[in-house]
Amino acid sequence: MRSTVTDSIATAAVAPRQTAGGRGASRAGGPARRRRRTLTAYLFLAPFLVLFTTFVLAPAVYGLWISLTDWSPFRDVQSFIGFSNYADLFRSGSTTHDDFWQSMGATGIFVVASVPLLVVVPLLVAVLLNQRIRAATTFRTIFFAPYVLGVAVVGLVWGYVLDTQSGILNHLLHVVGIQADVPWTVDTPWVWVSLVGVTVWWTAGLNTVIFLAGLKGINTELYEAAALDGAGAIRSFFSVTLPGLRPVMLFITTTTVLASANMFGQSYLLTVGGPGNATRTAIMYIADQGLSQNNMAPAAAMSYVLFAFLAVVSIVNFRLQRERVEKGSAR
Amino acid sequence: MSTPILPAAAAAAAVEPVEQPRGRTRRGPRRPVATTALYVVLILLALVVILPLVWMVLTSFKTDADAIRNPYSLPSPFSLDAYRTLSSGQQPILLWLWNSFAAATLQTLLILVTASMGAYALARLDFAGKKVVFGLIISTLLVPPVVFLIPNYLIVQNLGWLDTILAITVPGAAGAFGIFFLRQFFVGLPVEIEEAARIDGAGDLRIFLQVVLPLARPALATLAVLSFLNNWNDFLWPVYVLLSPENMTLQPGLSMLQGAYRTHFAIVMAGAVVASVPVLVLFGIAQRQIVESVTGAAVKG
Repeated sequence: MRSTVTDSIATAAVAPRQTAGGRGASRAGGPARRRRRTLTAYLFLAPFLVLFTTFVLAPAVYGLWISLTDWSPFRDVQSFIGFSNYADLFRSGSTTHDDFWQSMGATGIFVVASVPLLVVVPLLVAVLLNQRIRAATTFRTIFFAPYVLGVAVVGLVWGYVLDTQSGILNHLLHVVGIQADVPWTVDTPWVWVSLVGVTVWWTAGLNTVIFLAGLKGINTELYEAAALDGAGAIRSFFSVTLPGLRPVMLFITTTTVLASANMFGQSYLLTVGGPGNATRTAIMYIADQGLSQNNMAPAAAMSYVLFAFLAVVSIVNFRLQRERVEKGSAR
Repeated sequence: MSTPILPAAAAAAAVEPVEQPRGRTRRGPRRPVATTALYVVLILLALVVILPLVWMVLTSFKTDADAIRNPYSLPSPFSLDAYRTLSSGQQPILLWLWNSFAAATLQTLLILVTASMGAYALARLDFAGKKVVFGLIISTLLVPPVVFLIPNYLIVQNLGWLDTILAITVPGAAGAFGIFFLRQFFVGLPVEIEEAARIDGAGDLRIFLQVVLPLARPALATLAVLSFLNNWNDFLWPVYVLLSPENMTLQPGLSMLQGAYRTHFAIVMAGAVVASVPVLVLFGIAQRQIVESVTGAAVKG
């Protein structure tokens, strides 16, 4: 559940091109021919539309319906109860209120702790890789490689690295003279350090290659002009590189926030949501309530509340950064 | 139901095409000290990225005792015990490997067929309701997958697909990414070749099969790689829809393995090796496509 997000930008990018497909218009014949062409087109689309309707459109509506009922898998007839499931989520003292908001809080902590690192580290690495160096492609390949691994592999390997008693990290700390057995996966705040660190290790390569592509799109003459004006490396980073990366930055922050907000596997595998339920994320809680505890209706309501939260965060981020993009280009 | 890799390609869209001369930032000659520092930093970072994986491989060839006693030495003795235990143990990891291959291959084929046909219609055919259909498909890209989790579970259950390969192949093929990705590519193809074929009397089906698909081979290959990786690495959905050990794929299987062999690090790492070798090999072969699908638009410009 890492990246729903990315798609949103894709959408923005496609919109202007939408008319490009209308080439057939010049061939328009009579209504009979037009009807035949429509039939042909839908025959081409049919296999996809069957899947799309069954597993995307239907569930989107079905999920909304479930969230408005007292759904139980043990009954045949489900009754409509309006917005009760939603109201419960906002009423303290209800069975789901505390746990749900704790999980939303855990998700929030993870987003706030991971996103800055997942933006800054890849940006710096991309700047390094954009210098005139040998083997830049090799480095790029190495940095990207962990991203192709599944979260289960990542969880297993790091579960071993971070193990309190036999993990290699604590072993290494002993070697350099730090005798503390750091509880990387079992106690706060270390669990957060671990979850964020592992996520950076796993996914920073993705943002790095995107930043790198953005850097290559910056006109080199701007750097030359800045150098002529006497700007050093730091100055030209802030006055040429960062402004030149604004559209890419918008993309990366949006997708990274959403990816972090959808975090599931790292907590599931490394900390099992613990200690207590401190690192149980919203996705983890929703999946557990809906699919393990058979609380499908409240879980469906939670998924829509999370969706609404993410939509608001994305829109705010988009607005804020688009203003900067526009101001930047007006200057 | 997650899409770790796929939408990455959409990132391409964010990196605007550029006509300016590309190239590295050119500043005057750098001091050798700075160059050395640059390499030191990059090499250290590369080590941080690689060492956990090296360590995973080394540990998998150790005996249990060796793994605990000498965590960061070479295996001594070099041992295949972990792999032997895995292939003969209670956890059917070879079956999981096969299930993962079968599911990823099936889903990839399903995506290639349905998305290429649909994308051709959206890119090249003019028909009533086109804008509505396209808008509907695109708008679902904005919805986080968790919204589909519970209703899709119930749909799959009603279809009788729980704990079968269908549960982990068919619903995941319904995503909008593939059709979106291929449509973008088809729109960019020169329309003249198709029109020439049309004048020669070829119908839409023949044009699609004999003109468009061969031209689209690179895009289809990229989509195939991304779809395969995506399905192979999917975690949350198979954890909940696959129930019996013999029907598991590697990802949920590994999390069972972790539970079953908590302190047997060599065995757990051997499982991780089995799950990562195929994707790392695929990445080795197709890394240009994978990385360029992320950076593609910037390069194309």
